[in-house]
Amino acid sequence: MRKQVIAFAATLLLPMSLMASGGGAHLEPANIDVHDHKSLQNGAKYFVNYCMGCHGVKASRYNRLATDMGLPVVPAKTGKSGKEADMIADANAKLVTENLIFTTDEDGKPSSLGSLMLSSIPEKDAARWFGAPPPDLSVVSRLRGSDWIYNYLKGFYLDSERPTGVNNTVFPNVGMPHVLWELQGWQAHDEHGLKLVSAGKMSPEEYDVVVRDITNFLTYVGEPAQLVRKKYGVFAMILLVVFIGIAYLLKKEFWKDIH
Amino acid sequence: MMQGLLNWIDARFPLTKVWNEHLAEYYAPKNFNFWYFFGSLALLVLVIQIVSGIFLTMHYKPDETMAYLSVEYIMRDVPGGWFIRYMHSTGASAFFIVIYLHMFRGLIYGSYKGPRELVWLIGMAIYLALMAEAFMGYLLPWGNMSYWGAQVIINLFNTVPVIGADLSTWIRGDYVIADATLNRLFALHVAALPLVLVGLVFVHIVALHVVGSNNPDGVEIKKLKDENGIPLDGIPFHPYYTVKDIVGVGVFLLAFFAIIFFAPEMGGYFLEHANFEPANALKTPEHIAPVWYFTPFYTVLRAVTITPFAGTLAMFGAIVLLFLLPWIDRNPIKSWRYRNKAHTINILLFAVCFLVLGYLGVKPVIPVLKELGTRMTEIYFLFFVVLWIHSKPGKANYFMWFIILAAVVFGIDWVRYNPEATDDAVQIAWQWVFPIGYLALTLLLPKVLKSFNAEKIVPERVTS
Ligand code: HEC
Ligand code: HEM
Repeated sequence: MRKQVIAFAATLLLPMSLMASGGGAHLEPANIDVHDHKSLQNGAKYFVNYCMGCHGVKASRYNRLATDMGLPVVPAKTGKSGKEADMIADANAKLVTENLIFTTDEDGKPSSLGSLMLSSIPEKDAARWFGAPPPDLSVVSRLRGSDWIYNYLKGFYLDSERPTGVNNTVFPNVGMPHVLWELQGWQAHDEHGLKLVSAGKMSPEEYDVVVRDITNFLTYVGEPAQLVRKKYGVFAMILLVVFIGIAYLLKKEFWKDIH
Repeated sequence: MMQGLLNWIDARFPLTKVWNEHLAEYYAPKNFNFWYFFGSLALLVLVIQIVSGIFLTMHYKPDETMAYLSVEYIMRDVPGGWFIRYMHSTGASAFFIVIYLHMFRGLIYGSYKGPRELVWLIGMAIYLALMAEAFMGYLLPWGNMSYWGAQVIINLFNTVPVIGADLSTWIRGDYVIADATLNRLFALHVAALPLVLVGLVFVHIVALHVVGSNNPDGVEIKKLKDENGIPLDGIPFHPYYTVKDIVGVGVFLLAFFAIIFFAPEMGGYFLEHANFEPANALKTPEHIAPVWYFTPFYTVLRAVTITPFAGTLAMFGAIVLLFLLPWIDRNPIKSWRYRNKAHTINILLFAVCFLVLGYLGVKPVIPVLKELGTRMTEIYFLFFVVLWIHSKPGKANYFMWFIILAAVVFGIDWVRYNPEATDDAVQIAWQWVFPIGYLALTLLLPKVLKSFNAEKIVPERVTS
């Protein structure tokens, strides 16, 4: 019986591990932490400033984002009570509204805290300008993976053949311009890899932090549930192990008289 | 008080009778092992799918423009929505894992043989309905892989001669996969097929309880009964197997929830990466692979390339043959424990072949893998012939069959071989070792070594 179970597990696991090992181009790991509030806030700030002109994350809402990155805008989520909770929530709401919300609703008023994070350009125009419409990035981290995004944002290099003047190491002939050039500067690409040829406002180390934080933000946005999922998981595992233990003892008790 | 209520009900509905017939006085063999957990687990997963599915339906929008975002809305704005969705998406894969193991049990212990042919046939009908259900469900998130996967499958109907094009248009409700397709598949997925499934499962169990369960020894426990008419090797299903199955449920849920909470995408096999992009008729994914549980048959489809229709026929034929198992395998011994070793080898190689077919289905077609897919497809079909030959190990002319089947394999190679298509030719030139090796192990080995052809005596009573 035991042998059977082991053999069975082996036959199942073998093809799975074979499947998992197939990989693409080499990507540097993004090393992000979705539980790092400061990093998420920084990433969100850069995202709304530099990316939302073209890309929406239209499955996400400002207030949920604020709460998940440690700036709860509803009193009940602040962990405090009474007046204090109201004050914290109000302060956070103000902070978020002033620093993250640059889009407007149909009436031209600034989007409310509860609204979806839509991009500001109409999709049709964008498609005309860039050849490809800038896709919504709500779940891009699940489509491409965090490492891919990180390498993509660091992979723009000068290429005079392209209409945007740049190409990309992980997304060849990309339609997106190098929107962070002010910060990073310009890179050239040859057989040795990427090289900074004209410096930007930031040092490579500082730029790396920005890119990592944007990646972190996009990873979080891809699946907000990941912030709590594993916590519930540990709880469920403990519960089930206890359940199995009791069920097993019960089974043994009942089966004592069966030979 | 309770007794009074029970009497009141029993006078109007056979509650006690049903309880006794199917649980308290349903006698099951006492020697069920690991493989017998999967029937009750399949029931559990069916319930999980129906319940989580109902909650999803409360928030999902079957509309071309809204479907994709409504799923993300469930993942974010619906309280607990992500949990419901992961239950359902993980449940779909879990269903197939459980069902494949359940079917494999039937294969190794000969449970499909008389008197359980109907249990098997109904089971196969369930399997077909389940595949249809899963296929339709997969279109609903309206991701790009949903779209292109459905495209590939519905286009299979295009390959039917004469009426093909009209048939597939009729199925889609449009010339391309569109809103009409989404709406009808939604209707079938949430109403029609669940009803069919529940109905089939009901008759599956009714049929099983008439003939009684088989067991790892393949012994009919109803042959030997005590003075009260109770099988000597039988024990009441309740409480013995109810408490045992609860342990199985616990272990299953441990794995199930581990996936939901720690790896809901399962590395892109339970939720495919390419499906995190909305359906786009202008953007074909780099390589279209169906979800893992369809991939063995997808490989068969891709391997048979004489004509597209032949590929479709081969794919459906691969499933139809499973229906026919009770009549292909005529050996009176049920369990592989007492049949010859060549039979055990045959079944194990079939299992390996099925896994390899599945693995190939998620891989892009390069010459080595393409040829491997063809060779595994050959073995898949040869399995049924060999199983038929093994029905009468004492009389079988193994050598003659080896020659005939090897000739068939080489005959097909002769037709396929084209020295100008170098890449393919190189592969054909060496990969014949797979089917021929398979035939050697299952047909020549029992011919040469008597010990591989010897059957054992089936005991009167079940062992341990
Ligand atoms: C000027 C408009 C514009 C801005 C600003 C912009 N992008 Fe893009 N982006 C595009 C376009 C256009 C594409 C589509 C490229 C293609 O398909 O060739 C794209 C594609 C992408 C992709 C790849 C999506 C995929 O899977 O195909 C990512 C990731 C991305 N952008 C991230 C960002 C981030 C992060 C920022 C902010 C730092 C940003 N973009 C700012 C126009 C823009
Ligand atoms: C929704 C799917 C299904 C459910 C809920 C289900 C349920 C069950 C249950 C509860 C049993 C008795 C317990 C056991 O023997 O494990 C059983 C037995 C059986 N099932 Fe299924 N089943 C399903 C699908 C299938 C399929 C797809 C097949 C094969 C084609 C199949 C073939 C059989 C056979 C042959 C038996 C008798 C096994 C024996 O006695 O050895 N079932 N099924």
